[in-house]
Amino acid sequence: MADLVYLIPLLPFLGFAINGLVGKRLPKPVVATIACGTVLGSFILSILCFKQVIDEGAFTAVLYDWISVGDTHIQIAFQIDQLSTMMMLIITGIGFLIHMYSDGYMHHDDGFHRFFAYLNLFIFSMLLLVMGSNYMLMFFGWEGVGLCSYLLIGFWYKNKEFGVAARKAFIMNRIGDLGLLLGIFMIFNTFGSIEYADVFKNAYAHGDSTNIICILLFVGAMGKSAQIPLYTWLPDAMAGPTPVSALIHAATMVTAGIYLVVRSNVLYIMSPNASELIMYVGLATAMIAATIGIKQNDIKKVLAYSTVSQLGYMFVALGVGAYTTAMFHLLTHAFFKALLFLGSGSVIHGMGGEQDIRKMGGLKKALPITHITFLIGTLAIAGVPFFSGFFSKDEILAMAHGHSDIVFTLLAITSVLTAIYMFRLYFLVFRGNFRGTHHQKEHLHESPMSMTIPLIVLAILATAGGFLGMPGWMSDNHILNHFLHPIVEGASHFHPSEFFEYTILSVSIVVLAVIIFAVRNYYITKSIVPESDEAESGFSKVLSHKYYIDEIYNTLFVKPIEALSVFLHKVVDNQILDGLVNGISWCVKQSANLFRLLQDGKLEWYMVGMVAGVILILVFNFFM
Amino acid sequence: MSQYLFYFLAFVSIFSALLVVTAKNPIHSVLFLIVTFFAIAGQYIILNAQFLAIVHIIVYAGAIMVLFLFVLMLLNLNKETEPVKSYLMKGIGVLAGCLLALVMVAALHKSTMSPALGLPNEDIGLVGNLGKVLFKEYVVPFEVSSLLFLSAMIGAVMLGKRDPKIEPVNESTN
Amino acid sequence: MKVPIEHYILLSTVLFCIGVMGVLLRRNAIILLMCVEIMLNSVNLLMAAFSTYHGDAAGQIFVFFIMVVAAAEVAVGLALIVMIYRNFKTTDINLFNKLKW
Repeated sequence: MADLVYLIPLLPFLGFAINGLVGKRLPKPVVATIACGTVLGSFILSILCFKQVIDEGAFTAVLYDWISVGDTHIQIAFQIDQLSTMMMLIITGIGFLIHMYSDGYMHHDDGFHRFFAYLNLFIFSMLLLVMGSNYMLMFFGWEGVGLCSYLLIGFWYKNKEFGVAARKAFIMNRIGDLGLLLGIFMIFNTFGSIEYADVFKNAYAHGDSTNIICILLFVGAMGKSAQIPLYTWLPDAMAGPTPVSALIHAATMVTAGIYLVVRSNVLYIMSPNASELIMYVGLATAMIAATIGIKQNDIKKVLAYSTVSQLGYMFVALGVGAYTTAMFHLLTHAFFKALLFLGSGSVIHGMGGEQDIRKMGGLKKALPITHITFLIGTLAIAGVPFFSGFFSKDEILAMAHGHSDIVFTLLAITSVLTAIYMFRLYFLVFRGNFRGTHHQKEHLHESPMSMTIPLIVLAILATAGGFLGMPGWMSDNHILNHFLHPIVEGASHFHPSEFFEYTILSVSIVVLAVIIFAVRNYYITKSIVPESDEAESGFSKVLSHKYYIDEIYNTLFVKPIEALSVFLHKVVDNQILDGLVNGISWCVKQSANLFRLLQDGKLEWYMVGMVAGVILILVFNFFM
Repeated sequence: MSQYLFYFLAFVSIFSALLVVTAKNPIHSVLFLIVTFFAIAGQYIILNAQFLAIVHIIVYAGAIMVLFLFVLMLLNLNKETEPVKSYLMKGIGVLAGCLLALVMVAALHKSTMSPALGLPNEDIGLVGNLGKVLFKEYVVPFEVSSLLFLSAMIGAVMLGKRDPKIEPVNESTN
Repeated sequence: MKVPIEHYILLSTVLFCIGVMGVLLRRNAIILLMCVEIMLNSVNLLMAAFSTYHGDAAGQIFVFFIMVVAAAEVAVGLALIVMIYRNFKTTDINLFNKLKW
């Protein structure tokens, strides 16, 4: 199996190459088949890797010795262990479903082949990221997914605003990447190598510098996984097509930061300060994003803020040292968030491009499959017992409770907010009366099979996926924990008490029931529709304008840099540099003007020159 | 005796050369140049280079100076048409000349004269002896110099022709 | 040979430099040519003196050839000056400045 491992990233890359180069001339079904087929192939190979890891344990497949300078060897090698196979399955599995979905969603688009080429490139980069056996290859994939994110957000490039959003995403990513790069440099400096095996083996010997390294790595994770302060790109990234939002900004790319921290858990265990920082940042992000999400009126923006918030949850789990819990939540989140995004795409497709939830309502009858699956997703994310989100979220709450009560309380409040905005979304979109135009009502239709089948599959996963990590009071076998145990051997394992577990269960059931009833009452029985943008006032205005953070960033960072750029252009480039070059040519011209006077055609001066020359020759000859 | 003659002739030649350079009327310049040539011919005779002296007078004073006079009279140049140079140029010219003289004399001052090689043969200036050397060892340059003359003649004739298209030959109507 | 050779050298040098000064000072092309003749003659004189002092006939032969060349040069030079006069109506060398930038 080790010699076939390279095929896993290679297949999507081939798909990218073929679709990118000649896809325009191929018929659409062929393009789709190539794209989906390659991802399916990678998925099957990932399953084989998975089986091998379960049977025989982790292995490394070295492809090529890339850089060999002195003692340093940087290889292109893939490390296939429990963590990477888990991520590979998520990427290729959900990736395959989303490829299938895109076939239906993007069917009428002119850039069909380009879309699939970019998607395949993304899968390739993400696989490199998780399969790499050293930080260099991971960084390679990291940059690649950043690039694909930019390409895909600005996919409909003819709209200038989408390009601005894409640029924003890329630049914010880059800011995080700087931290990541510095962290990798420090790792290399401290450990002398960037292979995971070497670094983690020697981690205990270099305990004092790991704090800075971990903080720098986390800066990279902040950019990629949209934590405060680098999170504003994610809601703007909703400008891209919905499958992109589902794949990249829900299931895979944004989880790269989580993967990075889990992979480097040996370093983080040794840096309690960095872990505390992660926890607080994650907590703040979760809370702020949840509060903003309550007031959003675009179906995708609500889900975007929900993603930011859930990522905050995962970082809280990482901060308290519960690495497997964070991976568990990553898994379930991938299921239900992808489901929710695809469902919202289905709704948008049915509504003919409408994304404002104030214009939707009562879509239950017209879009039955979408409705059921979306409902399942909502139940999962809200943490309704026995859906997948319940297990992972409660585990995070339990781990947080073990660390500090304040964190637990704030996280619990955030869960309440999550439930509130998700059910608000559900009720406004699918229940109540239809508030759209007559034209839209005529054309409401359920999505084609290529779109609904992935929805159904994801719904099943969202329902059943939680049973991979059942808490102690339900069963002794926490499958995921056992599976990921070799990765997180050094972490402390905290087991919440049974009393706590039962309390959580009952309290959450009661609270959820109250929330559902209250929200339904507010929006359906009383038929209150969120106001239009102009009618907002007071604190709700601040919320709906996302705490004006975008505007603050604009004034603090964007405008000064733009001013600097204008200055550099007008003054430094045009005047100084051009002036230098022009000045040199001016000097040449002036000296040429001077020398030109030597040849003025006056015979007398020529003769004087000749005589002077002769005199000089004689002087030099006889006297020097 | 010949010493005093040498110094006298030297003085005459230098003086008349100076007057050649400084005379305003070009005809006067030519006349003074002829005097210079005669003085130099006298120097040749002192050196017993008889052939050279005769040839010098015939060629230079007789032919070349006559040619100069012809051209001067043809172009009708006299004192009024002589252009005047600026003082700056005059100063520079004098300075350059004096500097050159100074440098050359100073250079020669340092050197020592090697003694005369062989017996000074006083008869080499005679026509017969000179002719023998000329036609025995230097016959090729001699013949080539005839070619030189040929080309000079052709060149002078070609240059002196009037181009009928540019200047129509109708002096009778002028 | 009672006149030392140094005196001949000095005389020749002075004549040569007078010729150079003449070339630099005069603006009439014809007078210019005459000053060149002075220079040539000074060299001739020196050559003849050396030839007598060393008893070598080559010096006088060379003087002979210098005269040949001087004659040819004067002929052609004057023809040129006549030609120029026809076009420019003057022999002032300052006005022959067409070969410039």
